[in-house]
Amino acid sequence: MSTPETVLSVNDLRVRFRTLDGVVEAVKGINLKVGAGETVAIVGESGSGKSQTMMAAMRLLASNGEATGSVDYRGRNLLTLSKSGLNEVRGRKITMIFQEPMTSLDPLYTIGNQLIEPIQRHRKLGAAAAREEALKLLKLVKIPDPERRMKSYPYEMSGGQRQRVMIAMALANDPDILIADEPTTALDVTIQAQILTLLAELQQKLGMAIVFITHDLGIVRRFADRVYVMRQGEVVEEGVTEAVFSKPTHPYTKMLLSAEPTGRKAPPAPNAPILLQGRDVEVVFKIGGGFLAGDPMLLRAVDRINIALRKGQTIGIVGESGSGKSTLGRALLRLLGSEGSIRFENRDISKADKGDMRPLRRELQLVFQDPFGSLSPRMTVGQIITEGLLVHEPSLSAKQRDARACEALEEVGLDPIMRNRYPHEFSGGQRQRIAIARAMILKPKVVVLDEPTSALDRSVQKQIVELLRKLQKDHDLSYLFISHDLAVVRAMADYLIVMKQGKIVEEGMTDAIFDNPREEYTQTLMAAAMDPTKFRLSA
Amino acid sequence: MTDVTAAPTPAAAKAVVGRSLWGDAWARLKANKAAMISLYYLVFMAVICVVGPYFVPHLYTTIYPDYVRTAPSFSPYPRAETIETSLGDAVKRMRVDIKEWHQEGDRVFVTVTSSKKVDERNVRYLERSDAFDNVTIDSTSPDGLEMVMSASVKQQYFLFGTDNVGRDLLSRTLMAGRISLAIGLLAGIVAVVIGVIYGATAGFIGGKTDEIMMRIVDVLYSLPFIFFVIMLVVFFGRNFILMFLAVGAVLWLDMARIVRGQALSIRRQEYVQAAEAMGVSTRGIVRRHVIPNLLGPVVIYMTLLVPQVILLESFLSFLGLGVQEPMTSWGVLISAGAKNIGTANWLLLFPAFFLVSTLFALNFIGDGLRDALDPKDR
Amino acid sequence: MLLYVLRRLLTAIPTLFVIVTLAFFLMRVAPGGPFNQERGLSPEIRANLEAQFGLGDPLWLQYVNYLNNLLHGNFGPSYNLPDFTVTELFAAGLPISAQLGASALILALLLGSMLGIIAALNQNKVGDYTVIAIATAGSTIPTFVIAPVIQLVFGLTWHLLPIGGWGDGALLNKIGPILTLALPQMAIVARLMRGSMIESLRSHHIRTARAMGLSDWSVVVKHALRGAVLPIVSFAGPAAAALLTGSVIVETIFSIPGVGRYFVEAALNRDYTLVMGTVVVIAIFTILFNLIVDIMYAVVDPRVRYD
Repeated sequence: MSTPETVLSVNDLRVRFRTLDGVVEAVKGINLKVGAGETVAIVGESGSGKSQTMMAAMRLLASNGEATGSVDYRGRNLLTLSKSGLNEVRGRKITMIFQEPMTSLDPLYTIGNQLIEPIQRHRKLGAAAAREEALKLLKLVKIPDPERRMKSYPYEMSGGQRQRVMIAMALANDPDILIADEPTTALDVTIQAQILTLLAELQQKLGMAIVFITHDLGIVRRFADRVYVMRQGEVVEEGVTEAVFSKPTHPYTKMLLSAEPTGRKAPPAPNAPILLQGRDVEVVFKIGGGFLAGDPMLLRAVDRINIALRKGQTIGIVGESGSGKSTLGRALLRLLGSEGSIRFENRDISKADKGDMRPLRRELQLVFQDPFGSLSPRMTVGQIITEGLLVHEPSLSAKQRDARACEALEEVGLDPIMRNRYPHEFSGGQRQRIAIARAMILKPKVVVLDEPTSALDRSVQKQIVELLRKLQKDHDLSYLFISHDLAVVRAMADYLIVMKQGKIVEEGMTDAIFDNPREEYTQTLMAAAMDPTKFRLSA
Repeated sequence: MTDVTAAPTPAAAKAVVGRSLWGDAWARLKANKAAMISLYYLVFMAVICVVGPYFVPHLYTTIYPDYVRTAPSFSPYPRAETIETSLGDAVKRMRVDIKEWHQEGDRVFVTVTSSKKVDERNVRYLERSDAFDNVTIDSTSPDGLEMVMSASVKQQYFLFGTDNVGRDLLSRTLMAGRISLAIGLLAGIVAVVIGVIYGATAGFIGGKTDEIMMRIVDVLYSLPFIFFVIMLVVFFGRNFILMFLAVGAVLWLDMARIVRGQALSIRRQEYVQAAEAMGVSTRGIVRRHVIPNLLGPVVIYMTLLVPQVILLESFLSFLGLGVQEPMTSWGVLISAGAKNIGTANWLLLFPAFFLVSTLFALNFIGDGLRDALDPKDR
Repeated sequence: MLLYVLRRLLTAIPTLFVIVTLAFFLMRVAPGGPFNQERGLSPEIRANLEAQFGLGDPLWLQYVNYLNNLLHGNFGPSYNLPDFTVTELFAAGLPISAQLGASALILALLLGSMLGIIAALNQNKVGDYTVIAIATAGSTIPTFVIAPVIQLVFGLTWHLLPIGGWGDGALLNKIGPILTLALPQMAIVARLMRGSMIESLRSHHIRTARAMGLSDWSVVVKHALRGAVLPIVSFAGPAAAALLTGSVIVETIFSIPGVGRYFVEAALNRDYTLVMGTVVVIAIFTILFNLIVDIMYAVVDPRVRYD
């Protein structure tokens, strides 16, 4: 591979933040280089400083942040450039797109207005010419009906479309470098694939360098020529992508590469009893309506679904946001009102009220996606874990409860001496372990796991998946595993349900569906998530 | 950082004590200089208002007719140049004439004459004067028409000066502070109690009940606030305890809205859903999850409510609707000060300083608490 | 939009009705009456006066009569200022109060916003702390302290301004009252603006605007300020209603013949018609300005639609 001219070089960059708890160093003296037309990935987990590196380069740090070192763009140090000099480069030579497509556009101005502004500013074009230019850009990023979209406001567009507009804006002035900060993380997997394809096409057409900031190794492998691996503010490994992937040298890189959950779950015996069964389960939400506001709109979130969970089985439910998978999980636990019949251990619970359900609650547990929101911030971990015991085993003494808390914490791999600490003193993965301990202490039979790994870093995900599998084996549990992450589902579930808009699109044994998806929607999902060659770029 | 911290310790007997959010907040508050200085200042203010009046040598009700509108000063009264006038006034009341007077040390000797026999009881006029005490009759002429009296000059300090009728402003300001702070606390507590109960009920029951309860609050909001207060004054007369309980009962509206909003948002939190999924009863959820998480906003709002109440009390007293003479409050004093601004500006400046500095301190504490309990805002 | 305004005005009628009813009966169950205070009155004269004003009628009839008069735009005579009708009193006083209030509001909004923006742009620096200090002072020092201090400093010591009086609307006479009215509002506006501007400057679309190399002016004024102005708009509605209907404190201390004084006096004297008139006027102002706020919201924020 020929070495292209270096357009951006980051030298001994340090980023510090003044916080209430003192100065925190987020980036600890790193060096990076970006060649013309090259795709460079900066990969790392949350807190690695990968985003702050590029924020510092663009002088976009929060007001309590401070950067030292140098960031040279064709001989100009961006960190010391005057404001007007900086704005000659930003938006013109180096541009950036962000992780949050929903909020990155100004909600108060039309798409057209926001596209035209940087064009006029940097190219000194007249209003009409700039408008023409903006329209061309919208066509370039394949926004349907661009004339009409010029007059639209961001709130009238979907996340994927907004991200296209962001890309159009970033490419408006034919930049040298496009920095893409997790541009697809907040999007559904099929939309992710479309945006990545678009970026790849545009790079081939326009020839700019792309700096890709991501936690997703799949994207790096498909997309990047070279890669920098960051960890806790330092670059631990760098090199040509293929070399790093095939022969990682740093243990952290090795760990990251092996972080993909592996293994398969064997199905339970065919004669295993059915524990939880739903027939024609239907959940309808009313939207709007009320006093003087007319009839409410009806949203059928779960549309006549049949499901049967056997003892020891894990059913994976996959689907994109809004497919109704979480609603179904909650309805089956009777945390939401629903139509149709729900039976638990051959008992009809679809009409059971709160009081009837209370003794059953210990058998039917739930683990949430967000390990930050699901733990009460003002209770100690011990109190959180044992709250269920107060309800279901009220005869226990405080001492016995404490002992049970220690047992439960050990079972999920946490040190019991931490039981008097508060949730905010733990990391995301530890918190999810606490949430699992809270469910397990009651010795349930069925656990609904609602995206339990989605908020976690990949390496932590793997640990949680392994923990869940171990607990299932030890206690013969049945899981309903709700996720949008196909890799995790494949490692967890023996049976798979694919949902879309409240309906089941396809279901069957996990391996059968992965190997041979029948429905088009399933195929798209699989392709977007799994096929590493589809978006491969330059050699 | 690895998440696996598997520990083989057998049911560990000892546990590390964590730092709760309250502990964090307290540490942050302690680091906030403005808030801490304000806190000390407020404690200081409360102490001098409660204890101070016992140490000031004047009662807040005592009237010194000789010292009407005396300017504040570190040196004692009466002044050398005013001794003669005070003496003249007292002697005039005896209906006798001054023949001669002189001062030796702190005693004043006066010789009076009259066409009639000078009555010995006349000394009481000197005694009554605010400038003198320890009056003795030193000698009487044989015919009784002339008498020499002597008296000590009574030294009095009026550090803050005196008011329109000659009452010591220092003792009045401290006394007023007692009343103002007490009312602020009392009415503040009333408002918080009503607001929390109402708001929490609405927020927790939700649905139609919530809608109706909040509509009532909206209607009460749309009535002019001062109308309410005046109606309360009309109803309760000028009994200030009752009235300020009533004032507290008016100020609960904001509290109710805040608490309702918080209760609604806490109910939607996943940790409450988690508790519901474990079958925890409504009571358990309210006790273990809702109340502890509501406490923060309530404490913040309470510290911001107390200055509001003090301000309202001053406002009413300023209008003559609040605390009645001879009882006093900062509002009463400021009102009097504003009316005498041309002749005796200290009547405005001292109480105004006390009131404003206290309100400042309370505001800084409130802001500090908010930053400490809710650090996201910074 | 027009339809929305019409609908809002229509729904204001029941609100107004509830307020009038509540105020009417609250006022009437209070002990005392309009002619009890005037001690010189013989019982016959008092009875005569009460009959003249219909105070002897059953309460419900008085209520119906009052509503009827109100519908015809007639607020009735003032009991304690017998030479004037309530309408006349308002015609004379409201323009004065409204003029002072409006000037104070405009001053407060302009100055307060400016201070708030300065503070937000210099967050946690000297400029910020200065503004916070000013704002804290403005919102803690009560008007009944500010007003006499202004009199003391500008009137008695420096002889720049008259101590009080309306002076037939001379500019110098207005300065004191306007400053007094504006200062606390300015403090609130500055605080609100600082907070919402900081939040706005932190938002993702501002980061986008900066990353696109837009000028500071465009970033701050076009993108950040427009979003930050909404809390100020919702504050300005009720504030306008309160300021334009006069302030008892300011009008008493500066001897301004506005309508702010009427409320307290009238309530204490049981001048029923004048109290009711004031309540109605304040309520109308409140409803009107709340409507204006909602319209402004739709103007600033395209996501707000009323159809």
